[in-house]
Amino acid sequence: MTGLLSLTTFAPLVGVALILAARAAKGAGAATDTLAKWIALATTLVTFALALVLTLQFDAKNPGFQFVEDIAWFAGLHYRMGIDGISVLLVLLTAFLLPICIVASWKSVEKRVVEYLIAFLVLETLVIGVFCALDLVLFYLFFEGGLVPMFLIIGIWGGKRRIYAAYKFFLYTLLGSVLMLAAILAMISIAGTSSIPELMSYKFAPWIQTWLWLAFFASFAVKMPMWPVHTWLPDAHVEAPTAGSVILAGILLKMGGYGFMRFSIPMFPNASEMFQPLVFAMSGIAIVYTSLVAFRQTDIKKLIAYSSVAHMGFVTMGIFSGNATGEQGALFQMISHGVISGALFLCVGVVYDRMHTREIAFYGGLTNRMPHYAFVFLLFTMGNVGLPGTSGFVGEILTMTGVYQASTWTAIVSATGVILSAMYALTLYRRVMYGEIVNPELKTITDLDAREIVLFVPLIIMTLVLGIYPNLVFNLTASSVDGLVGAWRAAVGG
Amino acid sequence: MTFSANISLVLPELLLGVSALVLLVWGAFAKKTSPVFTGAAVLALLAAAVLAAISPHGHAFNGVYSADAASAFAKVAIFVFSAIAVVLGDRWLAARGDQKFEFPVLVVLSAVGMGITASAGDLISLYIGVELQSLALYVLAAFRRDDAKASEAGLKYFVLGALSSGILLYGASLIYGFAGSTRFADIAAASHGAHGLGLLFGLIFVICGLAFKVSAAPFHMWTPDVYEGAPTPVVGFFAAAPKLAAMMMFARVLGDAFPDAVSQWRQVLIIAALLSVFVGAFAGLAQTNLKRLWAYSSIANVGYALLGVATGGETGLHSMLMFMVLYMVDVTGFFACLQALSRDGKPLETIEDMAGLVKERPGIALAMTAFSLSALGLPPFSGFWAKFYVFKAAMGSGDVPLQWAAVLGLVGSVVAAFYYLRLIKAMWFDAPVGAVDKPQPTARAIGFAAALFSFPVVLVALVWLDPAAKLAAAAFGHL
Repeated sequence: MTGLLSLTTFAPLVGVALILAARAAKGAGAATDTLAKWIALATTLVTFALALVLTLQFDAKNPGFQFVEDIAWFAGLHYRMGIDGISVLLVLLTAFLLPICIVASWKSVEKRVVEYLIAFLVLETLVIGVFCALDLVLFYLFFEGGLVPMFLIIGIWGGKRRIYAAYKFFLYTLLGSVLMLAAILAMISIAGTSSIPELMSYKFAPWIQTWLWLAFFASFAVKMPMWPVHTWLPDAHVEAPTAGSVILAGILLKMGGYGFMRFSIPMFPNASEMFQPLVFAMSGIAIVYTSLVAFRQTDIKKLIAYSSVAHMGFVTMGIFSGNATGEQGALFQMISHGVISGALFLCVGVVYDRMHTREIAFYGGLTNRMPHYAFVFLLFTMGNVGLPGTSGFVGEILTMTGVYQASTWTAIVSATGVILSAMYALTLYRRVMYGEIVNPELKTITDLDAREIVLFVPLIIMTLVLGIYPNLVFNLTASSVDGLVGAWRAAVGG
Repeated sequence: MTFSANISLVLPELLLGVSALVLLVWGAFAKKTSPVFTGAAVLALLAAAVLAAISPHGHAFNGVYSADAASAFAKVAIFVFSAIAVVLGDRWLAARGDQKFEFPVLVVLSAVGMGITASAGDLISLYIGVELQSLALYVLAAFRRDDAKASEAGLKYFVLGALSSGILLYGASLIYGFAGSTRFADIAAASHGAHGLGLLFGLIFVICGLAFKVSAAPFHMWTPDVYEGAPTPVVGFFAAAPKLAAMMMFARVLGDAFPDAVSQWRQVLIIAALLSVFVGAFAGLAQTNLKRLWAYSSIANVGYALLGVATGGETGLHSMLMFMVLYMVDVTGFFACLQALSRDGKPLETIEDMAGLVKERPGIALAMTAFSLSALGLPPFSGFWAKFYVFKAAMGSGDVPLQWAAVLGLVGSVVAAFYYLRLIKAMWFDAPVGAVDKPQPTARAIGFAAALFSFPVVLVALVWLDPAAKLAAAAFGHL
């Protein structure tokens, strides 16, 4: 069905219009805020339903783009949308996490609620657009446009150092992106088209590929983020409101990995082959170094932020492994990390909403008063560690298997990351949850309420289902990933 | 060519010139403006825009003046933006209880000058246009004559402007000496293939003189002071129409008279462009006054437009025209919003004055956020498309220094992003410093219209703006 993709992409904007209309009709006030929340929730649920329809109608055997829409625009540009096996699940993940974000903010956001909801809905449109755009310039439009709502989310509703974090997030990402823009413009003038499917089969000269690859890498490595350009992420995470962290870790980081799979590998295969050792080295360092850094953190959110960087290291090395196992693992890891890290940030949000601090030392002995919370937090901690049976395990084992075929040393180094992640994650869990309650302020802390349980249930189901039956993902992605790897191998002749 | 055929080509300027004189006499008797008076000036400008759009193409007065698609495109934009400036200026005067009738007359006179430069086919007509335009602008800069800063601005602008006109004229005399003609077509023919050192010397002087007019680094020193001192609607006018006119002069001289010397003038322009981008970006970081900030922003943006000129040829000039038109909307809208705002009767001047504006005046704050993001070059706002054209032209030129200049220019835009973000931060993140007065409705309406153009109208408007500019760019180099 044509138009379904655009409908999914722009459905959140309908919610924005409704919220604005509600405010215009009823004026600012608590009643309007509540109404706006319901509108936002309904909109995101409708978007999720549309994304679900999209996924169900998706033909898994077709490695090419589906649901393609193509309208000529100006100056040779097109409004061109479409999804394949690589993007379909990222669209679904985005639509899945957004209602959770809205519910998570139900009580914790008190000021400028209407603006907050609008920022999230606009962000949803832009992120889905990123995954669906099949025109370079259209892609850049969505990719860059996402900076503004996120800048506002961190800057207005963030913590104490929110302004510093917002600037850092914006400027870091912008610097990477403008280099990508230069590369995009160069590609358009060399190839004479801005169509992504056409560019995927266009053969750039190897020396040009090198430059273009580096420019795209600058953008995606920052977004991912890869060591050593990851330093904006902990700041952004710590200062962002809970839902902001969920969307940042759950979806925005995936735009980097998606970019590598959509642009770097199919369009610059020779350069990707050439820079494979660089990516492996950076990924290996990211896994070991940021895991160690995570171990030393005193702030729960910062610890999880560093663990995100480490997990993204698995994704980058899997993407550049050059075989289907590694690529599948990387894609799976992106989905799984989107669910698990989102859930972990929600876990932090639960105690932060009650105590307004994220210091690890403040807590201890929470199992005594919060049994349900203890179960939920344990499950996602295990998912983060990569315990078999959770989705975290599948992604890690596959990326490592894939990388082992390409570079044994990288696989061995990254395997230590599994141990390190158990070290920091379990230590965190022990210090926050176990023991006796020492801090008198914690004596009255309450367990999860109904809203929070509703929030966690879909995430728990996803983590376990994907861990037990990962083929749900692979069935959809296999043919596209095989096509990607096949084309890369053919291009470099091996 | 018959006399009447010549006249039919210069009708827009003729209409405006006569209107200016009639308005002057009318004003002298009426002693003050009235809505009818301002309306007449606006009407004259809009009529001239229509005339320019439907004017036949050709060369008048022995090639001294040429009407083609390029001049038509530029003139429509120049006259429309001049008309907006007349409206905004009238509202500004009314808000101060001052009804000097000279304001519309001066804007119309400068529009005549700008029209002539956009159509210049000869160094003499170019110079006449430049001077007519500049003399009117000097007076406009000092329009608040009881204010020391405004007088300083006017005087500074005049002295430095006269100096640059001298440089321009000196260069023109050298070109005449070595080419034997002042007509662009003859200069192009005389210098065909080989460019003597004398001719290039002359060209460099002319470029320096023009660089002053567009406020490109290193000839930008006057800009921040003039912007700070001049009345807000005048600044909005300065940053829009005269900049396009000056860019047209660049395009005329380089594209019509020296099309074969690309490799020579390109180096000069690349250096001027990059200097402008980085001076605009770094010096802007230290500013707290909004008008000074926007002055540096305009310097940086001129740098981008010059990159388009440096690319040369049809794509380069196409990108320059697109850039300038899109930029003009932004800058006009920004200053219209600024004009609409006041606190206790005093205009808002610094970034701190804007603190918490989103709570006070969400509409204007949103519009100004759009202009800031647009100037920053963030998609999908119009400023992104402006930069998109320029950088696409530069990357596609096949000239390695130019391609690197484009990459550096993009990096410069990240530096400049910081000060646009500071403005957004003040409006969105900071607590309000006090209640803002009721906004001036006309200025606000113009600001909103410009903001709506910046996004989302631009996404549709480009569909017809793009081919129009392409047609215009194709007209250069065919004298």
